[in-house]
Amino acid sequence: MSHLLTNYYEAASVILFGIGFMNLLLQNNLIKKFIGLNIMDTATYLFLAAKGYVFGRVAPILTNGIIDKDYYINPIPAGLVLTGIVVSVSVTAFSLALVLRLYKHYNSLNMDEILRMMREEEGE
Amino acid sequence: MSENKSFWQRLKSWIDGEEILIDADKYISTRERKERVSYEKAVSMERLRSNSTLYRVLCVAITVIFIAVMLRVVIDLPMFGDPNGVTVNEVGQRYLEQGIEETGAINFVAGMILDYRAFDTFGESNVLFMAVIAVLMLLQRDKKNTSAAEDQEMAEDEVFDSQDSKLILKKGAKCLAPVVILYGIYVVLNGHLSPGGGFSGGSIIGAGLILYSAANGQKKMQTFFTIKTLTRISVACLLTYCGCKSYSFFTGANHVGWEIPKGTPGAILSSGFILPLNICVGLVVACTMYGFYALFTKGEV
Repeated sequence: MSHLLTNYYEAASVILFGIGFMNLLLQNNLIKKFIGLNIMDTATYLFLAAKGYVFGRVAPILTNGIIDKDYYINPIPAGLVLTGIVVSVSVTAFSLALVLRLYKHYNSLNMDEILRMMREEEGE
Repeated sequence: MSENKSFWQRLKSWIDGEEILIDADKYISTRERKERVSYEKAVSMERLRSNSTLYRVLCVAITVIFIAVMLRVVIDLPMFGDPNGVTVNEVGQRYLEQGIEETGAINFVAGMILDYRAFDTFGESNVLFMAVIAVLMLLQRDKKNTSAAEDQEMAEDEVFDSQDSKLILKKGAKCLAPVVILYGIYVVLNGHLSPGGGFSGGSIIGAGLILYSAANGQKKMQTFFTIKTLTRISVACLLTYCGCKSYSFFTGANHVGWEIPKGTPGAILSSGFILPLNICVGLVVACTMYGFYALFTKGEV
């Protein structure tokens, strides 16, 4: 339990990931679904950033001319978070564009309703 | 008609548009229609979803179990901020120890993403460009996908933009947009010296463009920024990136030795290709951000 309290950033990110996942499963509104997906992405960034931190060290930008591996935090998670952000932005934009097209066609954002209308359309 | 041609000849004539490999209309009219499957019986997921209480309870149960398992994993992870944890390994330490000597960038992260892992960043820029092109394909307005009501709405918007009715926004944007864009350019150009770089600076430039466009309307924006500008800038930047990195891969792998001089670490003109690559990435990101905004609000850049 004390471990969980020390790793509270990671614990929070896992819970946040769960919240986003639940949003993705339970929401019927497609835009709210993608908000859930974005919450999941954000949880991943929090996890990565937390794993990169080391107590008492500074951000990985040369400070006071010190070149020492024990003076800076780990730079790799920063690069990974950057990749994650770019992919998340692209996926969100693409899926929202698809949702917009669906809305223009069916005049609804409710997934169940869209599925029902699609079936009716196909059945004819 | 094409029985005696080889596969390559047929492919060539298909590319030239002389021959159709599969006549789609003919295929659709002659194919056998499959028996319609009744969704109600075939997709058990559908039945599950229709039973709303059960579905909700199951979702909550699955998520709670997932969170519990992951929290158990978190307990076994290395401690937060532990200098001896497994995440602090030799890869990151090498970037920190020899990064300045090998890349010339003071910002270790910039040195990492634009020199050691430049290929990864190239892929990211391509993903952004592909996303904006995909959104363009889905949302661009043309005669087929717009109704009369939407057209009327757009015309009203244009009239509204040309009037002086949003004076505060217009004056505010006139003062703020140049400063925002200038700050974005500063962040891009100092990517190898300070926090920031192509992605963050590009987003700031994009925000400036969005502010200008929101205040002055699409028409005024189109006098200097159209879809042609967007694609040309993005493609030119991606090709420059590709060329720069191909050059350093080629010369580096073959030990030719014509390396780009690294310069003094800390000077603005230093660290080899990192500055031009940052500019390329920044321009791609700025175009992408503004492109998303314009396509989602007006359906045209």
